[in-house]
Amino acid sequence: MILEVQGLTRHFGGVRALDGVDLRIVRGELAGIIGPNGSGKTTLFNVITGIYHPDRGVVMLGEGEITGLPSDEIARRGIARTFQNIRLFRELTVVDNVRIAHHPHVRYGAIAALLRTGAFYSEERRTREETEEFLSIFSLQDRGKELAKNLPYGDQRKLEIARALASRPKVLLLDEPAAGMNPSEVGALMEFILRIRERFSLTVLLIEHQMRLAMGICERLIVMDFGQVIARGLPAEIRRDPKVIEAYLGKRDDTGAAGIRKKTR
Amino acid sequence: MYALIALGYTMVYGIVRLINFAHGDVFMVGAFLAFYSVEKLHLPLPAVFAVAAGGSAFLAVVIERVAYRPLRNAPKIAALITAIGVSLFLEYFTALHQVFGPNYYAFPRPFQVVSLEIGGITVTNIQGIILLATLVSLGVLQYVVHRTKVGRGMRAVSHDDVTAGLMGVNVNAVISFTFALGAALAGVGGVLYGIAYPQINTFMGVMPGLKAFTAAVLGGIGSIPGAVLGALIMGQSETMTTAYLSSTYRDGIAFVLLIAVLLWKPTGILGKARTEKV
Amino acid sequence: MTWLKNIAKAILPFVLLSGPVMFLSASEILNPYWVQIFQLACIVAISALGLNLIYGFTGLFSLGHAAFYGVGAYTAALLTKLYIGAYGDEAVFATGAVFLGSLLAGGGAAALLACLVGLPTLRLTSDYLGIATLGFGVIMKVLFDNADSFLPQLGGARGMTGIQRMTGVPWTVAALVAAILVIRNLVHSTYGRALVAIREDEVAAAAMGIDTFRYKVIGFTAGCAFAGVAGGLYAHLYTFLHPSTFDFLKSFDVLMIVVLGGLGNLTGTLAASFAWVFLLEGMRVALPPEYIEFRWVLIPLLLIVTMLVRPRGLFGVREIPFLRNKVYR
Repeated sequence: MILEVQGLTRHFGGVRALDGVDLRIVRGELAGIIGPNGSGKTTLFNVITGIYHPDRGVVMLGEGEITGLPSDEIARRGIARTFQNIRLFRELTVVDNVRIAHHPHVRYGAIAALLRTGAFYSEERRTREETEEFLSIFSLQDRGKELAKNLPYGDQRKLEIARALASRPKVLLLDEPAAGMNPSEVGALMEFILRIRERFSLTVLLIEHQMRLAMGICERLIVMDFGQVIARGLPAEIRRDPKVIEAYLGKRDDTGAAGIRKKTR
Repeated sequence: MYALIALGYTMVYGIVRLINFAHGDVFMVGAFLAFYSVEKLHLPLPAVFAVAAGGSAFLAVVIERVAYRPLRNAPKIAALITAIGVSLFLEYFTALHQVFGPNYYAFPRPFQVVSLEIGGITVTNIQGIILLATLVSLGVLQYVVHRTKVGRGMRAVSHDDVTAGLMGVNVNAVISFTFALGAALAGVGGVLYGIAYPQINTFMGVMPGLKAFTAAVLGGIGSIPGAVLGALIMGQSETMTTAYLSSTYRDGIAFVLLIAVLLWKPTGILGKARTEKV
Repeated sequence: MTWLKNIAKAILPFVLLSGPVMFLSASEILNPYWVQIFQLACIVAISALGLNLIYGFTGLFSLGHAAFYGVGAYTAALLTKLYIGAYGDEAVFATGAVFLGSLLAGGGAAALLACLVGLPTLRLTSDYLGIATLGFGVIMKVLFDNADSFLPQLGGARGMTGIQRMTGVPWTVAALVAAILVIRNLVHSTYGRALVAIREDEVAAAAMGIDTFRYKVIGFTAGCAFAGVAGGLYAHLYTFLHPSTFDFLKSFDVLMIVVLGGLGNLTGTLAASFAWVFLLEGMRVALPPEYIEFRWVLIPLLLIVTMLVRPRGLFGVREIPFLRNKVYR
């Protein structure tokens, strides 16, 4: 068990965004959270990564409890994430976006930086080389000097994943990595996620509200609705679960409209 | 009186998220217009108010048009620096001999001071006029913001200017109107200041402007009742500092109070918290 | 040793900058008034670099910079005054060391105060932080005005006098070069990148494992320390301190310099500092006395026009090579 969530509850005003969510993620698995808009998926990520504090419940990473820790501490313990509405450092270059993620792993002190000691140069060289490596995995190596905001949309999503990887997480949380991509881009992206999971021996938890995509690559699915987990299991079982069909497929018109809204934004 | 200036800050900030540093100087121009209309033109009091309010409103619309509108989509700091620039310009330009001049001017009393004693408290007719004018202005403002079409436009733009524009609100007109309204109130404030403290000069807007702004923040910026509340608290605390401590500390106390309130409630007493969506 | 080599490299700009000025002033080609203006420009530049670190790089909207400048000035001046008062002329041999110590103490005092102010206020966001720091500036001005009631040496509203003149061209230039090096090396290190990340997106920076609050306090404190050192130099250049030099309007001056030069741009800050000081003083000399008030009419106009034409500052993001990041290749 690498990530475990028990009875997680979070209210916003009168709304129960999360209502007693339980989650058990095994080391190395690729699990998906699906559910209609507003079902609490992103809130779950935000509570796990410490952006919101839970009203009740426990989050465990490996053996240690991380409930309510500040998000930077959680990140340093090994959870990295991407954001639904892409949060890159927009005015910085592609290289700097990835280099910033190295920050907790850089081994020189402030004095060394001010005096530019040998350790400073060798560490800077190492981060730079590793950054190049991460970028080349995502075929972004030629765009290193561009500003993040000038990348095409799909590349911005990739850069965000590269940045998350560079912080060397144990668990990677991806919030709608395929949002706004066309079907061929989505295919490539999914393959990609599988590849990096192998290469960095990651545990991946991803949110996707387009059910077919999630079915395609996830080994296990968790379905949420109104802040609760309503079903969990293998994709094939989920597809047949009447509760899921009612909560999710029954509202296909809703989610279709939501999908369009996202693309035009 | 702080309330009247504070309202202008709060309205402008509520709509374009700009700390309009020039607002205190618009207030100063209002006072000078009143000075000239009493001293040179010998206008009756209601006309003095009209001239000061109208002149200030016109000035503010021109400032918005020339200096702020072109920067609406630029980084926010550019508009802020421009606001500081406009403020300095107004102060020093009007201090030139060819304009108002750098000296202090005695504001002529348009009427005799009469003191009344009501239940042990002495009230002068000046305080009465200030109170009356403030209440009337507030009433007009509440009516405009909550009962008229342009007021609805203001509330819409303050919420989301792009969407308001799509919904057919003339955003530019609404913003101009807001500046004009805020400045008109400051103009009225300028007249009242002239009546209450019969000495004016071109730098008189700096401290009242800053304090009025602080009052607006104290009460919760963007909130009209908040601005009034903040101004009341501010006026009271200053009077009390002068009375019990020393007048040399008077200018500081307002800000001690401000920092204390911000730490306790970062958006001010009546301000609404905006939660960022992640 | 790499770092010794790097420090040695800093001597070159020092000699290039201070050498000619000292030569010109010694040979009386440049009159002392302009030499003093040159030093003032260096001092303003140091303070502005500090604010650029706070606002330009870390994104913390501070409107109280002049207060920290003042704290540094008063601290340093008080220390040298006390020292000279205690030891008199016997201590002349050590004045250089005492001056250096007082400058560092001025920077330290500003930094300490910045830390104390920053710990509660840096939880506020953007405009609210600006207002809180502005308020702090006004409070400090009131305290400077009343300082003589705690310590008569500080002079209060009448101003502080009797400060030894110790600042000279080598001092100001050395301090400026040191300030430039410190800020350049900091900015182009993982610490500087952490600060910039906070400016760009605080939530994302935290998600990358950066302790955002800690770095905000560090950035703010470091920037204010620059202002403190600059204040100490100022005190020993003009030998007279008055609270009005440190009121909140002076914080706007530094802010304008930083924005004019371009946020997060060191070249711009340096150029804007020198341009600002020389323009102000130049106009004092160039304009006929009866038009001297026009300075403050023209400068705001210039400012407004610059902002309308170049809202991102005169220099945008371009830097001269010395200040660019050339750690690799």
